[in-house]
Amino acid sequence: MSADSKVTGLWLAFRSGAVAADLRTIGYRLSAALVLCVVLAFASDAFLHSNNLLNVLRQASLLFLLASGLTLVILTAGLDLSVGANVGLSACIAATVIKSSGSVLLGSAAGVGCGLAIGLANGLMVAVMRLPPFIATYGMLWVAHGITYWYMAGTTVYGFPQSFRALGSGYFLGVPIPVYMMFGFLALGTFFAQRTTYGQEIYAIGANREAARLSGVPVARRLILVYAVSGAMAGLASIVFLARMNSAEGDIGEGLTLPAIAAALIGGTSLFGGVGTVSGTLIGALILTLVLNGMNLLTINASWQPMVTGIIVILAVLLDTFARKRGEARN
Amino acid sequence: MTAVSAPIPGIPLLELRGISKQFPGVKALDDVSFAVHPGEVHMLLGENGAGKSSLMKVLCGAYRADAGEFFHRGEKVAITSPADARKLGIAVIFQEFSLVPYLDIAQNIFLGREFRGRIPGSVDRRRMHVEARRILDLIGLELPTQTPLHTLGVAQQQMVEIAKALSQNARILVMDEPTAALSDRETERLFAMIRQLQAEGVAIIYISHRMAEVFALGDRITVLRDGRKVGSLLPREATPDELVRMMVGRSVDMSYAREFRSEFGDTVLEVKGLHSDNGISDIDLTVRAGEIVGLSGLVGAGRSEVARAIFGADAVTAGEVRVYGKLHRGGPDQAVAAGIGLIPENRKSEGLALIRSVADNLNIAALRRRFSSRVFGPRRARAIARALVDKLRIATPTTLRPVQVLSGGNQQKVVIGKWLEAESRLFIFDEPTRGIDVGAKAEIFALIDALVRDGAAVLLISSELSEIVNVCDRAYVMCQGRITGHLARHEISEEGILKLAMHHE
Repeated sequence: MSADSKVTGLWLAFRSGAVAADLRTIGYRLSAALVLCVVLAFASDAFLHSNNLLNVLRQASLLFLLASGLTLVILTAGLDLSVGANVGLSACIAATVIKSSGSVLLGSAAGVGCGLAIGLANGLMVAVMRLPPFIATYGMLWVAHGITYWYMAGTTVYGFPQSFRALGSGYFLGVPIPVYMMFGFLALGTFFAQRTTYGQEIYAIGANREAARLSGVPVARRLILVYAVSGAMAGLASIVFLARMNSAEGDIGEGLTLPAIAAALIGGTSLFGGVGTVSGTLIGALILTLVLNGMNLLTINASWQPMVTGIIVILAVLLDTFARKRGEARN
Repeated sequence: MTAVSAPIPGIPLLELRGISKQFPGVKALDDVSFAVHPGEVHMLLGENGAGKSSLMKVLCGAYRADAGEFFHRGEKVAITSPADARKLGIAVIFQEFSLVPYLDIAQNIFLGREFRGRIPGSVDRRRMHVEARRILDLIGLELPTQTPLHTLGVAQQQMVEIAKALSQNARILVMDEPTAALSDRETERLFAMIRQLQAEGVAIIYISHRMAEVFALGDRITVLRDGRKVGSLLPREATPDELVRMMVGRSVDMSYAREFRSEFGDTVLEVKGLHSDNGISDIDLTVRAGEIVGLSGLVGAGRSEVARAIFGADAVTAGEVRVYGKLHRGGPDQAVAAGIGLIPENRKSEGLALIRSVADNLNIAALRRRFSSRVFGPRRARAIARALVDKLRIATPTTLRPVQVLSGGNQQKVVIGKWLEAESRLFIFDEPTRGIDVGAKAEIFALIDALVRDGAAVLLISSELSEIVNVCDRAYVMCQGRITGHLARHEISEEGILKLAMHHE
């Protein structure tokens, strides 16, 4: 193959969307986030203030921790509706263990372990009992909420050691600690999804589960893996959340699931599976947080926020559908 | 070479003049003209990508032609929407049916056009069933009109689809490879029905890859190549070789002739007393290294089920499968590790991840072998894929293209390449040439031959008896979930297979 035809081939691939589908999706979103920043910078003096920017990053990081594991699940054409309830139960268990044992480490391990256990249960229901992911995790949502209410019995646990609270509200070199976690898990998640055979198999399962199975991919084990990862990430997010809030009660974690799904969708992950990236989800979380931050700064009534979130999700998916159609037409 | 035959007298029911359709980068149809007369079966031939599908979509109004004219009974008409096509009595029977599985036959036939009952919003069910019965009788389908569609076989569903078209007063029936999924017996019934429709003055445009039916049915043959009409001729003026030459623009060896050998290697696959919930029982068979063993039988005899049970895709309830003497148990992941590769019947739904790239699809089965550290190297994967693309001559500008834009033959090569890369030693081919054009078929068989010359073992399932006869070193024949016969090379004949295939009837 001559160098010339190689170049032509690459150009064809770019145009056809093969090489650049992921890159292009991320490109669109990154530009959207940047445009949003510029607009907000002009609209509000407070936006560019370093405190505000760091705050945006901190909020995005919590959302991202939750949404990154969820992204892997959605890549397999699955769904995890239990992440919010998982955060709730994991946070409450972590809180009570820290209180009773006095050990931050033990408490954090208990929280992550609880998240992992919920994720494993989801994975078993989906992969072994073959329940539709929606049903399995929707049921788990209620179960986890129920256990949390019973476990907390209306009490509130609050006041944790400073060393623990630093996880949520501490700084290192002027940057909030959760932000480091966000970039750490971005690297880890991207490596896992793009540079391991597990990641390849996960994409393959999402693109065509039966073809993946008939190609020797151990589908059940991989499904259990992604739900377990999603659960463990929810457990981890619960620790950060708890450290930030400094208190835990029965309804903690409510209202976190839908924004996490929104972050993944805005980030270009397809609910049909096989398409999406962890980095896209990071940008999705950032866009979502930026918009909400901007609305706060511009003192727009908070009641509008859910509606705006919905519109962004729909626009983002519409954009992908449109781009994909154009790609297909070219092919 | 372009044959011109005397025009059939009379005014054509539908005539196309100079139809062109341009897509970005490709001229799908280029100045195509042809005509169908009432009561005529017009065969449309061409390799995949020759423009048959585009022409079909123009006819049914799904695509709008960029240039050209349509004449209906000599009058100029426009086809710019599906509604236009329907008004002219054009109906297309696609390979993928547009039927609703959980509705009954009558509901499917009149879907969206239900007869109104006396109460507003209600449906006159009785009239629907009476009308449906009348149409079913016309085409000779004896099932009750209350039968739910999902209980029907492919052939019966196709009949329902045709009944649906007729209920809309279709006078021009376009059929896309209608026999692709039919057994020989079902094919004969379809032909009988087509002849009956013909007698009633229905014009039929029939797309096919099979020479035998082109000559058995066709009143006239039109060959397309690269979006252009190569020629229209009468069956008596044409020979199969000539048609193939017109289709591919070169001469292709149709016989898939291969050198048969008498020496084979060790037994690679040994199946003993295999039972499975999917309806097969008591299956015994062996395949040796260097051997192509056929698994024949009518559609529904359980051939694919045997393949799936051996591969571990369906649960085995009794019996054993040995690969190189080693007991193989467990699912497809174990089968792949044991060196078995399955080229499934339904390429698109079971063989490929269509939205993923050629490279991704070629690498999927060998991931754990090639990247044993579990760290995946995209560059290395692409290099592997490029080597396979070159070796198998897969027509794609880059390995990064999504597999869905490839032609059927090239998609099939990707599935085969996946197993080459996984270093499989036993290849199970389930209908490997379905929906593939003649040129690519010969290539697929050349590949299969190369596999066995290289010492691999091949189990070949095919509904085309000629494939089994021409290619296999031995053949098993199945009927109703059991093996009813075993034929050595010199015993294999179409008649011999058919006799065994209908063993229990």
